[in-house]
Order: sequence, then C-alpha cells, then structure tokens
Amino acid sequence: MNLTLKIWRQKNKNDKGRLETYQVSNISPDSSFLEMLDVLNEQLINEGKEPVAFDHDCREGICGMCSLYINGEAHGPDRGVTTCQLHMRKFKDGDTIYIEPWRSAAFPVIKDLVVDRSAFDRIMAAGGFVSVNTSGNTQDANNIPIPKDDADKAFDAATCIGCGACVATCKNGSAMLFVSAKVSQFALLPQGKVEATRRVHNMVKQMDEEGFGNCSNTGACEVECPKGISLENIARMNREYLKASIISEDEE
Amino acid sequence: MSTLDSKIPEGPIKDKWTNHKNNIRLVNPANKRLIDVIVVGTGLAGGSAAASLAELGYNVKAFCFQDSPRRAHSIAAQGGINAAKNYQNDGDSIYRLFYDTVKGGDYRSREANVYRLAEVSGNIIDQCVAQGVPFAREYGGLLDNRSFGGVQVSRTFYAKGQTGQQLLLGAYSAMSRQIGKGRIKMYDRHEMLELVIVDGKARGIIARNLITGEIERHSAHAVVLASGGYGNVFFLSTNAMGSNATAAWRAHKKGAYFANPCFTQIHPTCIPRSGEHQSKLTLMSESLRNDGRIWVPKKKEDVLAIREGKKKPTDIPEEDRDYYLERRYPAFGNLVPRDVASRAAKERCDAGYGVNATGEAVFLDFSSAIMRYGREKANMLGEHNASEERIKELGKEVIEAKYGNLFQMYQKITDDNPYETPMMIYPAVHYTMGGLWVDYNLMTTIPGLYAAGECNFSDHGANRLGASALMQGLADGYFVLPYTIGDYLADDIRTGPIPTDTPEFDEAEKSVKERLNKFINNNGKHSVDYYHRQLGNIMWNYVGMARNAEGLKKAISDIRALRDEYHKNVRVPGSADEFNPELEKATRVADFLELGELMAVDALNRNESCGGHFREEYQTEDGEALRDDKNYAYVAAWEWTGDPSEEKLHKEELKFEYIELKTRSYK
Repeated sequence: MNLTLKIWRQKNKNDKGRLETYQVSNISPDSSFLEMLDVLNEQLINEGKEPVAFDHDCREGICGMCSLYINGEAHGPDRGVTTCQLHMRKFKDGDTIYIEPWRSAAFPVIKDLVVDRSAFDRIMAAGGFVSVNTSGNTQDANNIPIPKDDADKAFDAATCIGCGACVATCKNGSAMLFVSAKVSQFALLPQGKVEATRRVHNMVKQMDEEGFGNCSNTGACEVECPKGISLENIARMNREYLKASIISEDEE
Repeated sequence: MSTLDSKIPEGPIKDKWTNHKNNIRLVNPANKRLIDVIVVGTGLAGGSAAASLAELGYNVKAFCFQDSPRRAHSIAAQGGINAAKNYQNDGDSIYRLFYDTVKGGDYRSREANVYRLAEVSGNIIDQCVAQGVPFAREYGGLLDNRSFGGVQVSRTFYAKGQTGQQLLLGAYSAMSRQIGKGRIKMYDRHEMLELVIVDGKARGIIARNLITGEIERHSAHAVVLASGGYGNVFFLSTNAMGSNATAAWRAHKKGAYFANPCFTQIHPTCIPRSGEHQSKLTLMSESLRNDGRIWVPKKKEDVLAIREGKKKPTDIPEEDRDYYLERRYPAFGNLVPRDVASRAAKERCDAGYGVNATGEAVFLDFSSAIMRYGREKANMLGEHNASEERIKELGKEVIEAKYGNLFQMYQKITDDNPYETPMMIYPAVHYTMGGLWVDYNLMTTIPGLYAAGECNFSDHGANRLGASALMQGLADGYFVLPYTIGDYLADDIRTGPIPTDTPEFDEAEKSVKERLNKFINNNGKHSVDYYHRQLGNIMWNYVGMARNAEGLKKAISDIRALRDEYHKNVRVPGSADEFNPELEKATRVADFLELGELMAVDALNRNESCGGHFREEYQTEDGEALRDDKNYAYVAAWEWTGDPSEEKLHKEELKFEYIELKTRSYK
C-alpha cells in the first residue's frame, strides 16, 4: 500500500506545532499501524531527518501506552482495539491519513504525538485503591463469597487500560469514564465497599482539579473505548457520589 | 574459583523461611524513616516491593521508563497465577507446587528458594483478593481455577486472559496509595543508566529524565532492581518494545554476577511471524492448551494443500490429523511444559509438516472443546435434544467467556476467526529464566543491590512453568524483600542520607554522559533497529530453540563483529537533552549486543540439554533433553572482567535434598 500521512509535529510543549506531510510506500496490509510508523521513522532516519515521536510499548493492546487520533478518531477507525492492534488492512491503498495526538487541556503535548497523562496517576493516588497493607495476613481468599455477576462486572470495569481515549474523544475533555471504571470496580466488591464514600469523593475532587471537563452524557467515550468500558459505570459513580454527598453532609 | 554463598538457612526445608524471618534483624519504625530505598521497575516485583517497603516506612523512590507505573510489561501476562490453595481438592499442596516447579525447571533451581515461593503462594491470592483484584469466580461465589502445563492439578487463579493486568493494577493501586501519602516518590519516564557504588555498596543510580534528557543523581541506602527480563535480545519476542536489560547489565558490569544467561523460554503458542516489518510477536496464553488441541496433518499432501489454500484445516478428517503432543506424551498431552511443547512443534515443522506459507506454524484447535462445553451447557439448560448447531453456539459462548479477549486479539492480528477455524501458532521468545545471581535474601553479589522478579535467576531453573512468573514477582515483592532487606539496612540506621556530590557519583554521571554523546555524535549510516534485527537473527538461529557448539561459536564471532559495526555506524538523530526515543533504544541495544554474546558463551559452556537449553549434541534417542547432573548440576554465575567472552565463571553447586534427581518425563 502507498499512503500519504499528515502528521502533527511539535518539538516540545512550548512549540506551536503543525501538520506535516509524508509519503510511505509498500506497506503490508498485515502490518500494524505502529509498524507502518516504524517504516516511516526508519525512512526519516535514513534521510537524516528527525523521526516522529509516539508512545507505545506492549503492542498487544493491554499496556495503554499507545494513543493517536487517527482520521479524527481515537485509536483509529476500528472498534474495540488500541492503535497498536489496528492493522493496515483497515485502510485503502492511496489513502491520506491524519495522525494527531490526544487533544485535551489536561493532557499537554510533550513532543509530536506524545502527551502527558500523569493526571490519571494523580487521580489514582487520590483514592484508587483499597486501604489494605500488603502483609498477606488477610483472611483466606475464599472467606467472602462474591456473586459471580458482581465479580464479572467488577472485572469488566477493571479492564480499563488508562489510555485516555475517553478524554480525547469527549467534546468536554471529561475523564468520567476512566474515573468511574475504578470507582465501580471497587464499589462492586465487598473489599472496596468499606471506603467507597471517601474514594469517590477524593477521586472526583482530584479529577476536577486536573482540569478535566464535565460529562454531558454524549456517550462518545464508550464508543471509542478500546476495552468497551460501559457508560453504566458513570451512572454507578454518580449514584456513589450522590450517596457520598449525603453522607458527608450528615457527618458535618 | 571463589564459592558463592547462597545463604540458605539451616533446618528442614519447611521451616527455613519461618526460622529465617524469626532470626533476621529488623529496623524499628522510627529508623525506617531515615532510610531511602530505590526501586527500579514497577511491574509485579517492583510495584509490589515499592508499595510494601513504603508501607513499612522506608522512603521509596520508584523508577519506570513508561509514562505510568501501571504500564510495566507484567500487565501483558495473560493466563494466570499459581498458588497451592488446593481449593479444588485435587491433591495439591505446598510440597507438590515445590516439586512441580523444581521438576519443571529441569532440576536447575535452588530448592530452598522454590520451597519458599510455594509456601507464600497462597498468601498472594489472599492479598490480591483483599486489594480488590477481580479474579474469576464460580456461581457459588468462590474462586475458580484452571490448569497449566507441566502439572496435574488445577491451581491456577485467573482473570480471563488478563490476569497480569489485574494483578499489576492491584500492585499499582497499592503503590498509588503510598504515592498519595508521599511515601513513594514516583519517577516515571525515567531510565536507570548506571549503578553507583560507594565503598563497595550499592548507593544510588544515575537516571535519565526521558522528557528533558536531564541526567539525574539519586542516592539510597539500598537499590532494588526489578527491571524484568532480556528476551528482547532476540529483537522479536513477546516482550514489550521498551523491555530491556540495561539496569541489570549495568549492575553486572559493576560487579553483580549474571546467572544462567542462556536459559531462555521459548513459548510454544504465539502468533507466527507474518512479514519483514514485524516489530513484535504476540502470545496466545498457555491457558488455551486447557481446551485447545495441537495438531498438524499426518499426510504431506494435506500439508501442501493447506499451504496453497486448496484445503482448509476443517477439511482434514480426524484420522488424518497428528495430535503429536497427545501421541508423544499421553500422560500430560497438550499440557506438557513449554520447553517440551516448543521443541515438539519445531520437530514437526522441521520435518516438513508446518501449516502456513513459511512452514513455521501448527494448529491449535478448539472445535472439540466447543462441542464438549456446548453439550454441558445444553444439559444445564435442560436442552437434552439440542441440535449440533445449537450445541456449537452454546459452546462458543463458554469459550468466549473463558478466552474472549485472546480470541479477539488473534482475530484482529490475523484476520482469521478462531471460533470457526483452528488458530495457527508457533514458538517465540517469551521469558528469561537467567538473570542477576541472588542469594536466599535476593541480594546480588554487590552488597545492598537486590534483584527481584524476572530480573533475578532464582526460582525457575532451566524452564519456567506457566503461571509461575506472576507468582514469583509478587512473592519477591510483597513477601520476601520487605523482610530480607531489613536485615541489611539494620546497619544503616545511623548512616544518614547518602550525599550525591561525591567522586563516585561524578564518575558515574560522567560515564553516562560520554556514552550518550558518543551515540549522538556518531553520524553513522543505519538506524538502531537495523542492527537490532540482525542481532535477533543471530540469536534466533544459533542461540534459540536448538543450539550446538559450532553454531554457538559462530554466534559469538558474529555478535562481536556486529557490535563493532554498531558502534562505528549506528545513527542516532536528535540530541541528548530532549525527548529522544532513538537514543533510548541505542543504549539498550548496545547492552543487548554484549549480553547476547554472554548468552552464547554460557550456552557453549553448558554441555548438556536441560529445560529450555537444548544442545543438539545432548539428546536421547527419541529426541528428549539429556541432562548431565554429574557435571552440570550448578548455577553458572558469570563475573564481568571487561569483555563478554572473557567473563569468569563461578559455580553454585545445586544440592537436592528433598527431591530426587530424575529424568524429567511427561510421557
């Protein structure tokens, strides 16, 4: 396949940035999107030019490191996959492909297609855990049976890879899908219920401080999420948050 | 030749760990606040160690090259984690897990370490459940198990095909809690490029801030390396693109012995290579062998017809299929250990029975499992006269619930639907059993330098059993290091902060800067990947699934030549004081080019076949590995003396007191 690429180039966070045009040829339809970018970079290095910086690591859709806004869609035109799992057979010979970084005030660009998603880590540090020490001296794992349905739902929420596609896709730059997935996972399990109130309160507070936008129930995040994290999680988080507000008022 | 002191505690094996814990020194809580610990790597071993050490009260500085600790490559582990819980009441016990692991490792691991691993395995599951890790459950609400290769019980706990992800997110959440409290200072997008030794002790690291390119000095009273394995020496592997050996190799060059570098695990079930531009290989979890049957056609004409697309695998009648693992190993069948399964696939493909265009693939077939589960499900639903179609539909649902994400991944990569046609798989580099030599306390030969998880060599001998890597990573980080490190740090309660404005730090920083500048100013001809691919080819052809003396000697000279060429002609664009992924790769590949040679040297030294190390000269008549316990029942620990081919060999003799050395048989 021969392709024209329009790629966002930005030297660092202070640079204004611009789209630049590149040509690649003889791309195998069986190669992945990132392998296509590898070919481009090899070409640029051989021409003495600077290669395009992009984030990637596991290249099997689980680490959440890769990103890319491809032809106006987070992780590109395929559904249920990250960019590293997107294959070139989804494109046609002769296509022009636009490649941009995640766009969100809370995810500043570091270089080219690489953005800073550390806001997610700070939200996690605000409450994305069960407060139990790692001594191993807990009770036996089978002491509390958990209904399979709850465990399965908690698992589905827990499969979020923290890639940020939800934020990049949302017209408001909201992180509600990400935060609600973690809140839901723990709220559904007996081990996490104990501090559910504090958790949702602290995580939402941090989310707001990071400059993410509000949720207006458009649902684009759910569509673009490579792991199919459900909007139900946002509803569950809103219920948890409401509960938390009532309880904390009571406490005051 | 100096003897290595493995510091195995006295007493019966079942009491060693308990007695050791009772006898080693502790650091009181007030003094822990005066002590700094650096942890490099935030996978299962590093993440769990960082969280646990911070909970205990030490000041932890954690480093990872990814943009978040949550992305370490443990996240990609699929199938599960072993624990001797015996929830299935199928005869499992700590002893049996210990025995299976030693046998699975082909009797090349240290008994006391493996026993401890089996002993704490149950605690890991308790701990993870308490953290909110959503393991798979049965309808009764209790935890579910499945089986992995090389064992005859069901002791593997799992979360669909994403067990590593869920366990790592558990460790990450424990870390997050400590980061929030300020007990862990997290340095993401940082890479360790040198170890700093002061007065013979590990006292800090030099790290590069990958965003700004700044070279930073970090000091501590002890340094823990949990930086993973070195499978990426092979260029194509199931490792992440960034997985590298630099932290371990730098420590090695500063005096930490490297143990059993040739012990590499080639995993039998990976998606075969497809083309020239392939950047990595993708694993299909071993758990699939619970339900998938591996075969190739019996007749060469069927093989050709399939390769040419004239026949589909589903056209081959049952009697013309060779389920070669079931044929050769009736007792374990498709669940033989990885080394055995990989070699058997290679044997069939070398004999001309490979089923894809390159002749390097075998089938992994789920059709009988789909029908079996379908019938079971139909019965449960009371549909006793269900049609074939209906049974198939129900069976697919069950398979989807068990392995859905793996099937989806396969389909996305290959464009084939594995519910309808068998998967094609072939072995690929997956894990490295070798690593930094450590004693029972997980300390390397450098005082104050520890190694945990895949980074060390300790528990898996010459072959790791499936679902044991997650177990070892978490055991080391949650339950072993937090105890053993205190014994060492007890001497440091009055030391005070380690200064970084000393000649040792000056020297280490200078050497790092010189190394980086050399690459930037090299003005060479070819990219880093150009050389890395060539190294991978040498390694795969001569230091891969089958090795022989002649090939290994060739590998050594080829790697040396390639290394010279690399340093002369590699081209690294950009500068050292900016975000520069090519520069990151350049330093990693420079280290792979030395480590690869040592792997060949070690493989050449070990004149026997054991586990993943198969020397063609040493095999039985029916092609099984032929061990030489008289001469090679030792850990080969290599000491750097200035050149990979000049390293000095130290031997740690392995004594087997609780398990009898036998020919490993899965027949």
